[in-house]
Amino acid sequence: MLNPNEPIQRKAPQRQRHTFAVYAEDKPGVLSRITSLFRRRAYNIDSMTAGHTDVPGVSRLTVILESDDAEARLIEANLYKLVNVLKVEDLTHVPTMKRDLALIKVRADAEARPQVMQMIEVFRARIIDVAPESLVLEITGTGDKIDGLLEILSPFGIIEMVRTGGVAMTRGSEATTIHPHFVHAVVPQDTSS
Amino acid sequence: MKRTGAQLIWEVLTREGVDTVFGYPGGAILPAYDALVGYKNIHHVLTRHEQGASHAADGYARASGKVGVAIATSGPGATNLVTGIATANMDSSPIVCITGQVGSNVIGKDAFQECDITGITQPITKHNYLVTRAEDIVRVIREAFYVARSGRPGPVLVDITKDAQNQEVDFIWDEAPIALPGYRPDLSALPEEFDRAMQLLSESKRPIILAGQGIIMSGAEEELRKLVEAAHVPVALTLLGLGGLPAGHACNIGMMGMHGEAWVNTAIQEADLLIALGMRFDDRVTGDLATYAQNAKKIHVDIDPAEIDKNVKVDVGIVGDLRTVLKTFNERLKPQKREAWANYIDESRGEAEQHDILKAADEGKLYAAHVIAELRKLTTDDAIIVTDVGQHQMWEAQYYAHNQPRTLITSGGLGTMGFALPAAIGAKMACPDKEVWVIAGDGGFQMTACELQTCAQEGLDLNIAIINNGYLGMVRQWQEMFYDKRYSETPITSPDFVKLVEAHGLQGGRVETLAEVAPAVRLSQSEPGTRLTEFRVLAEDAVYPMVPSGKALDKMIRRPRKKPAIRQDT
Repeated sequence: MLNPNEPIQRKAPQRQRHTFAVYAEDKPGVLSRITSLFRRRAYNIDSMTAGHTDVPGVSRLTVILESDDAEARLIEANLYKLVNVLKVEDLTHVPTMKRDLALIKVRADAEARPQVMQMIEVFRARIIDVAPESLVLEITGTGDKIDGLLEILSPFGIIEMVRTGGVAMTRGSEATTIHPHFVHAVVPQDTSS
Repeated sequence: MKRTGAQLIWEVLTREGVDTVFGYPGGAILPAYDALVGYKNIHHVLTRHEQGASHAADGYARASGKVGVAIATSGPGATNLVTGIATANMDSSPIVCITGQVGSNVIGKDAFQECDITGITQPITKHNYLVTRAEDIVRVIREAFYVARSGRPGPVLVDITKDAQNQEVDFIWDEAPIALPGYRPDLSALPEEFDRAMQLLSESKRPIILAGQGIIMSGAEEELRKLVEAAHVPVALTLLGLGGLPAGHACNIGMMGMHGEAWVNTAIQEADLLIALGMRFDDRVTGDLATYAQNAKKIHVDIDPAEIDKNVKVDVGIVGDLRTVLKTFNERLKPQKREAWANYIDESRGEAEQHDILKAADEGKLYAAHVIAELRKLTTDDAIIVTDVGQHQMWEAQYYAHNQPRTLITSGGLGTMGFALPAAIGAKMACPDKEVWVIAGDGGFQMTACELQTCAQEGLDLNIAIINNGYLGMVRQWQEMFYDKRYSETPITSPDFVKLVEAHGLQGGRVETLAEVAPAVRLSQSEPGTRLTEFRVLAEDAVYPMVPSGKALDKMIRRPRKKPAIRQDT
């Protein structure tokens, strides 16, 4: 979690892929507020996924983008400025599992099919639909693994492909999920009157 | 107790201590205006354009420190608020805008006067809401006020559908508490950061405090004064920080930045420590970042964590309320003297004063700077000056020595022309006993001149000074300096301002020489009601010194010494 008063590290800016887990209130327009923030601050997103969590009313987003650490801190700080954002975690520097899911429709006639099946085996993908001239595969894994399968399948002819974008979770027993009441704002005394 | 949604709006405003709102009725907000009749405790100022309402709410907020309120209908009413909202957002001004919206059953159907105002204002508000049920109105408006004024203040918009305004629900104040689980405006600094900051300060030989509007917003003026006196640190102010430390204070060296005094910018460039307090290193303040205060360590105190390291990388970042932070500074401070540094800055000041326009001989031409200087002599320290944007704004900042906080109201971040008159209406409503001056250029004034009639309807006692040079002066100045004097679309004609105000039922006068300035100011002060005075000033004067955009802060263009100081008027 962001500590705004952490000593600021002065290093040569090194760009790398940053992964943020963002917990937000599950309300209309929240996703738009988050994407609007990235747009207007000119942060370029690689991928963004959103879904419900085990806590009703809380959604979780995984945002992956290329930045240096200083910019990542600003992104985190700016996300916190959104009133509907409950918690932000920069998962970049902690042990994390990342997964991506893809559905791939690949050309596979009778002749090519055994070869395609062999590739699928190696990548531990699953066949979820079979047609006379094509197969639909499902694969989960890191982005690199999916890229690898795509590369190998491309000579056969990829008819259609869809990817979910990355989701991430830290390793170990600690949950990254939070409950909204942990982060209730302290409402100070009204001094305006 | 049953109430309609429309009544709930006014119930909450009443409980939030609101006694004045600025607005303009229309179809989708009709129920709220109907209910207003029953709330005599709230005075509604009918502006002549919704932009005026949002600027007035902003001016009200800046003059009083309270939350300003603007009300408009859906569609065009709401979009007309936008410039005022963006202005308030850039300058962290707490306003709540309430807009009517078409019925919830037709949202998304392109209904008459429908527009997605929450979508439009999302990037320029601190937060916004679309309310479609009456039972949410109390909680949402309470939240809006809380979000607007807490932490780093800013504008909040609440869009309420017409059916929600018409619904009848039970009104139980205590059952609509604020529910903002993700909102944490009350961040405070860590002790280690103070250690490092105090160490940097004690080691520094040439420190400078850069004080911004945060000083005024957190009410830290007294703590700042204690700090600079004990630590003997010169203070440079941002445009919006003017008044945060009295101009007459020995440690106040003046305004920094693009049109800051030469000695101030030079001192910043030569400092070994910058202590930035409640300011955000705007590009108009820093000039070229690569050459900005290169030998200085930097401490940045701000209530917004996203400001730390945004434009200028700092050595110590302290997040928190400035008054609290400075109190801690002062408790831990060991008094120091830095005579050599103070003397050095003083010496460079003496040289710079030779360039001053006030030293120019009176050749019968009226300089805007002289108008401002005369005005300063004739007004008390608590007079509120509301400026528009452009050359006159910079001359005001340079020559009107502000000794008290909240006496300068100006659009700094967004630079909104047309801001002055409506914002002054808001300021006067907030501080009816104070003398309020509008200083505007001939261009900007024409953008919102319709609000003269608002002054007339309200019987407001405003003083309006129009600095008329027949040009969009600041743009003309850039064209003169950087576009080879091609005055593309900057010569601008004006109506006869005296006749214009007379048509509005107000008083007006015109001044063309220095000798006429003081009597005109006195007349405006003594006359009840709004009086406009047009000052016909030199057409092609420029604001000096000037740091060209994107250039190093100490590479200033100075006022040419003798001829051709100012080109002859044609």
